Amino acid sequence: MTKRDLIARIQEQLTEYPRKDVAHAVEIVFESMVQAMKKDERIEIRGFGNFTVRKRDPRRGRNPMTGASVDVPTRRFPFFKVGKDLKERVDRKKQDIG
Amino acid sequence: MTKIDIIQNVCDKLGFSKKDSARIVESVFDIMKDELARGQKVKISGFGNFVVKEKNSRRGRNPQTGAEIEISARRVLTFKSSQVLKKALNQK
Repeated sequence: MTKRDLIARIQEQLTEYPRKDVAHAVEIVFESMVQAMKKDERIEIRGFGNFTVRKRDPRRGRNPMTGASVDVPTRRFPFFKVGKDLKERVDRKKQDIG
Repeated sequence: MTKIDIIQNVCDKLGFSKKDSARIVESVFDIMKDELARGQKVKISGFGNFVVKEKNSRRGRNPQTGAEIEISARRVLTFKSSQVLKKALNQK
Protein backbone atom coordinates (compact mmCIF):
# COMPACT_ATOMS: atom_id res chain seq x y z
CA MET A 1 0.00 0.00 0.00
CA THR A 2 1.32 3.42 -0.94
CA LYS A 3 0.29 6.84 0.27
CA ARG A 4 -1.99 7.10 -2.74
CA ASP A 5 -3.73 3.81 -1.85
CA LEU A 6 -4.07 4.98 1.73
CA ILE A 7 -5.77 8.18 0.60
CA ALA A 8 -8.13 6.21 -1.67
CA ARG A 9 -9.02 3.82 1.18
CA ILE A 10 -9.79 6.67 3.58
CA GLN A 11 -12.04 8.22 0.97
CA GLU A 12 -13.96 4.97 0.56
CA GLN A 13 -14.69 5.01 4.27
CA LEU A 14 -15.27 8.73 4.68
CA THR A 15 -17.03 9.58 1.43
CA GLU A 16 -18.29 12.96 2.62
CA TYR A 17 -14.83 14.54 2.43
CA PRO A 18 -13.46 15.69 -0.93
CA ARG A 19 -10.49 13.67 -2.13
CA LYS A 20 -8.33 16.78 -2.32
CA ASP A 21 -8.88 17.50 1.36
CA VAL A 22 -8.23 13.89 2.39
CA ALA A 23 -4.98 13.91 0.41
CA HIS A 24 -3.99 17.20 2.02
CA ALA A 25 -4.83 15.88 5.51
CA VAL A 26 -2.67 12.79 4.97
CA GLU A 27 0.24 15.01 3.90
CA ILE A 28 -0.23 17.09 7.04
CA VAL A 29 -0.21 13.96 9.24
CA PHE A 30 3.18 12.78 7.99
CA GLU A 31 4.64 16.26 7.63
CA SER A 32 3.72 16.97 11.29
CA MET A 33 5.60 13.86 12.33
CA VAL A 34 8.66 14.83 10.27
CA GLN A 35 8.65 18.31 11.84
CA ALA A 36 8.35 16.86 15.35
CA MET A 37 11.28 14.52 14.78
CA LYS A 38 13.35 17.41 13.40
CA LYS A 39 12.83 19.03 16.80
CA ASP A 40 13.93 15.79 18.50
CA GLU A 41 10.39 15.31 19.76
CA ARG A 42 9.10 11.87 20.62
CA ILE A 43 5.89 10.85 18.84
CA GLU A 44 3.43 8.54 20.57
CA ILE A 45 0.60 7.08 18.55
CA ARG A 46 -1.37 4.86 20.88
CA GLY A 47 -2.16 1.47 19.39
CA PHE A 48 0.34 2.04 16.59
CA GLY A 49 3.76 2.78 18.03
CA ASN A 50 6.30 5.40 19.04
CA PHE A 51 8.86 7.26 16.94
CA THR A 52 12.00 8.59 18.57
CA VAL A 53 15.15 10.18 17.19
CA ARG A 54 18.31 8.26 17.97
CA LYS A 55 21.91 9.22 17.44
CA ARG A 56 24.75 7.25 15.97
CA ASP A 57 28.20 8.15 17.29
CA PRO A 58 30.70 9.76 14.95
CA ARG A 59 33.19 7.26 13.61
CA ARG A 60 36.07 6.97 11.27
CA GLY A 61 34.90 5.09 8.20
CA ARG A 62 36.44 4.07 4.96
CA ASN A 63 35.45 4.73 1.41
CA PRO A 64 34.90 1.14 0.24
CA MET A 65 35.97 2.02 -3.30
CA THR A 66 39.24 3.77 -2.59
CA GLY A 67 39.99 2.63 0.97
CA ALA A 68 40.51 6.26 1.96
CA SER A 69 39.71 7.05 5.58
CA VAL A 70 36.80 9.43 6.08
CA ASP A 71 35.20 10.95 9.18
CA VAL A 72 31.53 10.07 9.54
CA PRO A 73 29.92 12.73 11.78
CA THR A 74 27.22 12.10 14.42
CA ARG A 75 24.05 11.16 12.63
CA ARG A 76 20.44 11.24 13.76
CA PHE A 77 17.96 8.65 12.56
CA PRO A 78 14.34 7.86 13.26
CA PHE A 79 13.58 4.80 15.34
CA PHE A 80 10.16 3.16 15.38
CA LYS A 81 9.01 0.96 18.22
CA VAL A 82 5.83 -0.90 17.36
CA GLY A 83 3.00 -0.68 19.90
CA LYS A 84 1.92 -3.76 21.79
CA ASP A 85 -1.48 -4.13 20.10
CA LEU A 86 -0.15 -3.80 16.59
CA LYS A 87 2.80 -6.06 17.37
CA GLU A 88 0.38 -8.78 18.39
CA ARG A 89 -1.87 -8.28 15.40
CA VAL A 90 1.05 -8.50 12.97
CA ASP A 91 2.32 -11.72 14.57
CA ARG A 92 -0.70 -13.72 13.52
CA LYS A 93 0.84 -17.01 14.68
CA LYS A 94 0.53 -15.77 18.19
CA GLN A 95 -3.12 -15.00 17.56
CA ASP A 96 -3.77 -18.50 16.24
CA ILE A 97 -2.63 -19.97 19.51
CA GLY A 98 -4.63 -17.70 21.69
CA MET B 1 3.71 14.72 20.05
CA THR B 2 0.60 12.57 20.25
CA LYS B 3 -2.34 11.98 17.96
CA ILE B 4 -4.08 14.98 19.51
CA ASP B 5 -1.32 17.31 18.26
CA ILE B 6 -1.54 15.82 14.78
CA ILE B 7 -5.32 16.29 14.79
CA GLN B 8 -4.83 19.91 15.88
CA ASN B 9 -2.41 20.47 12.97
CA VAL B 10 -4.90 19.10 10.45
CA CYS B 11 -7.59 21.24 12.03
CA ASP B 12 -5.44 24.43 11.85
CA LYS B 13 -4.03 23.92 8.38
CA LEU B 14 -7.07 22.49 6.62
CA GLY B 15 -9.77 24.44 8.42
CA PHE B 16 -11.66 21.24 9.27
CA SER B 17 -13.48 20.92 12.57
CA LYS B 18 -11.78 19.05 15.40
CA LYS B 19 -14.23 16.20 14.91
CA ASP B 20 -13.66 15.88 11.15
CA SER B 21 -9.89 16.15 11.60
CA ALA B 22 -9.98 13.44 14.26
CA ARG B 23 -11.99 11.10 12.01
CA ILE B 24 -9.48 11.42 9.19
CA VAL B 25 -6.40 11.05 11.40
CA GLU B 26 -7.86 7.99 13.18
CA SER B 27 -8.66 6.53 9.80
CA VAL B 28 -5.05 7.02 8.60
CA PHE B 29 -3.65 4.91 11.43
CA ASP B 30 -6.51 2.37 11.45
CA ILE B 31 -6.10 1.62 7.76
CA MET B 32 -2.32 1.33 8.10
CA LYS B 33 -2.78 -1.07 11.03
CA ASP B 34 -5.27 -3.23 9.11
CA GLU B 35 -2.94 -3.42 6.13
CA LEU B 36 0.06 -4.39 8.29
CA ALA B 37 -1.99 -6.94 10.24
CA ARG B 38 -2.69 -8.60 6.88
CA GLY B 39 1.06 -8.84 6.30
CA GLN B 40 1.09 -6.14 3.63
CA LYS B 41 3.66 -3.36 3.51
CA VAL B 42 2.83 0.32 3.76
CA LYS B 43 5.01 2.74 1.82
CA ILE B 44 4.77 6.43 2.63
CA SER B 45 6.95 8.47 0.31
CA GLY B 46 8.94 11.13 2.13
CA PHE B 47 8.48 9.29 5.42
CA GLY B 48 9.36 5.62 5.22
CA ASN B 49 8.24 2.05 4.66
CA PHE B 50 6.57 -0.24 7.18
CA VAL B 51 7.33 -3.84 6.30
CA VAL B 52 6.21 -7.11 7.93
CA LYS B 53 9.07 -9.60 8.10
CA GLU B 54 8.91 -13.33 8.71
CA LYS B 55 11.43 -14.52 11.30
CA ASN B 56 12.43 -18.16 11.46
CA SER B 57 12.52 -19.94 14.78
CA ARG B 58 15.91 -19.86 16.46
CA ARG B 59 17.67 -20.90 19.61
CA GLY B 60 18.11 -18.19 22.17
CA ARG B 61 19.09 -17.86 25.77
CA ASN B 62 17.34 -16.44 28.74
CA PRO B 63 19.83 -13.69 29.59
CA GLN B 64 18.90 -13.96 33.28
CA THR B 65 19.38 -17.68 33.77
CA GLY B 66 21.44 -18.65 30.72
CA ALA B 67 18.95 -21.41 29.98
CA GLU B 68 18.64 -22.24 26.29
CA ILE B 69 15.18 -21.73 24.87
CA GLU B 70 13.51 -22.06 21.49
CA ILE B 71 12.31 -18.75 20.06
CA SER B 72 9.36 -19.54 17.84
CA ALA B 73 8.93 -18.32 14.26
CA ARG B 74 7.15 -15.00 14.20
CA ARG B 75 6.21 -12.01 12.13
CA VAL B 76 7.59 -8.64 13.12
CA LEU B 77 6.96 -5.13 11.90
CA THR B 78 9.98 -3.12 10.79
CA PHE B 79 10.25 0.52 9.79
CA LYS B 80 12.75 1.72 7.26
CA SER B 81 13.07 5.47 7.14
CA SER B 82 13.02 7.27 3.80
CA GLN B 83 16.22 9.02 2.68
CA VAL B 84 14.25 12.27 2.69
CA LEU B 85 13.46 11.90 6.40
CA LYS B 86 17.02 10.88 7.26
CA LYS B 87 18.35 13.93 5.46
CA ALA B 88 15.82 16.19 7.16
CA LEU B 89 17.02 14.97 10.57
CA ASN B 90 20.65 15.71 9.72
CA GLN B 91 20.28 19.20 8.29
CA LYS B 92 21.96 21.91 10.27
